[in-house]
Amino acid sequence: MKLAVDQLIKWTLIVLAFCALIWAYYYGAFDFILEYPDDFRFLVMQHLKLIGLSGILAIIVAVPLGILVTRPGFKKLQWFVVNFANIGQTIPSLAVLALAMSYLGIGFQTAVFGLWINSLLPIIRNTIVGIENVDAAVLDAGRGMGMSPRQILFKLELPNALYAIMAGIRTSMVINVGTAALAFLIGGGGLGDLIFTGISLNDMGIMLSGAIPVIFLALIIDFLIGGIEKLIVPKGLQRNIKLI
Amino acid sequence: MIRYTNATKIYESAAKKVVAVDNVTMHVEEGQICVFLGPSGCGKTTLLRMTNKLIPKTSGTIEIGGKEIDTLNVIELRRSIGYVIQQVGLFPNMTIEQNIGVVPNLLGWDRVKIKKRYEYLMELVGLNPDEYRKRYPWELSGGQQQRVGVARALAADPPVMLMDEPFGALDPIIRERLQNEFLNIQKNVKKTILFVSHDIDEALKLGDTIAIFREGKLMQFGRKDEILASPANEFVEEFIGSERMLKRMSLGTVGDLIRSMGGLSAKSGIVPMNRSNAVDIQTNLRTALSVVLSSPHGEAYVVDEEEKLLGVLRLADFHAYARTLSPLKSSG
Repeated sequence: MKLAVDQLIKWTLIVLAFCALIWAYYYGAFDFILEYPDDFRFLVMQHLKLIGLSGILAIIVAVPLGILVTRPGFKKLQWFVVNFANIGQTIPSLAVLALAMSYLGIGFQTAVFGLWINSLLPIIRNTIVGIENVDAAVLDAGRGMGMSPRQILFKLELPNALYAIMAGIRTSMVINVGTAALAFLIGGGGLGDLIFTGISLNDMGIMLSGAIPVIFLALIIDFLIGGIEKLIVPKGLQRNIKLI
Repeated sequence: MIRYTNATKIYESAAKKVVAVDNVTMHVEEGQICVFLGPSGCGKTTLLRMTNKLIPKTSGTIEIGGKEIDTLNVIELRRSIGYVIQQVGLFPNMTIEQNIGVVPNLLGWDRVKIKKRYEYLMELVGLNPDEYRKRYPWELSGGQQQRVGVARALAADPPVMLMDEPFGALDPIIRERLQNEFLNIQKNVKKTILFVSHDIDEALKLGDTIAIFREGKLMQFGRKDEILASPANEFVEEFIGSERMLKRMSLGTVGDLIRSMGGLSAKSGIVPMNRSNAVDIQTNLRTALSVVLSSPHGEAYVVDEEEKLLGVLRLADFHAYARTLSPLKSSG
């Protein structure tokens, strides 16, 4: 029954997306793409660089930080780290970019920095929650059987928290694709270039030729990370994972 | 094998001082099951966890096989002690085979040896090795999970096992089945086992010796018949309950009674023998007494392994047998 509902929702969304494409086509959304394929490719690549760089940096920092503040000696830092990341998330993304700009000037690096700050929280929080939610009995058994703290981290805590950690990365990355469209405002480039130009010129076609690829990028990244999730999350935990 | 000398655990905070385990001195012999018994908060689990240093002791000594635990490497100590807990704690990210192989893997056994060990242990706990090899813990029922939990603790063949209410969360029927199987396994493996329980019947069934605790203090330690016959104080007497003689009966079998009485009365009744009024020599005396009381003519037929009639048991036989036991003493 649940599966049937899932399928229905999935197909409805696909049909709606298809309708949106046709609608966009009538507005001339693809004229720009077809007329200036090199410009378009450049902007897509720039967008990918923005999200790729800020995303990877966010994972590299957030996951170890999340692990660190769940270690016995560093628990007191947890409050500080979560609140720091919370602030990064609560301040509107545009404001984060603006603040970053006032210190670092305009340009690509500033945009990456702002997006990085914005991406940290979901990953940090999910890493902490994932690790802390590992069944206490599992850890007690591991300790009692003679696993070292390191073995407990790598064989018990991380594998069992991986589902939550991956969910955090997925959320963070998908939001990042949308936020990266704002990078244009501080000279970071990306598909926001087309969106904001379209708005300024009141040209639906140019606007949509930026907006629609952003939507597809978000869907593709969500799908890809979902696939990675299926590959690396231990099979014993996957009864919780539904169809993508 | 395991010797506690003035073992003490004190939890100290600014506001107050709690003595969780208070000067416990006792010695558990090799190959025996010692049940730590007492109400919750009596320190039995704390003492168990002090034994593999999951809880560091405050003072006193704990020796395992003649070695003080503080002189041993804590990781190696734990790997040489099987550990089973009530919540089982199987690792959800690993298959059943991987779960059982955890300690052998940590010890660096080769793969063939681990696989053989897995198969042997699964047979031992009554699960089909091939059927469960690639299954995950969540696919198993509570009883099956605890069987795997016991197999996992036995994996590296440790001389000592610590079991913290391993059957406490199971329903009564499954619990009794697992207790019986556990006793059978113990006959084969002969481990030194510390077993925490709050259930006097479980303690009498599984333990060779029983240690009764209250508020961190060891109230009495001894063979179970000793404890039933002469409880050291009012607390122990109250804890083991009012039917001490019946509980003592559950410790012996019909065979014990026959040996002690030198034979049985001949059959006198005219009631035909059937399943409900017959007992065999393995039956425990408490059950046999119940059969006698419920049979219409007050007799239970005793049969041997080939269902050959050996004689009958009457209430008077139990009475006579009870008088041969050491007299019941009251603490006060």
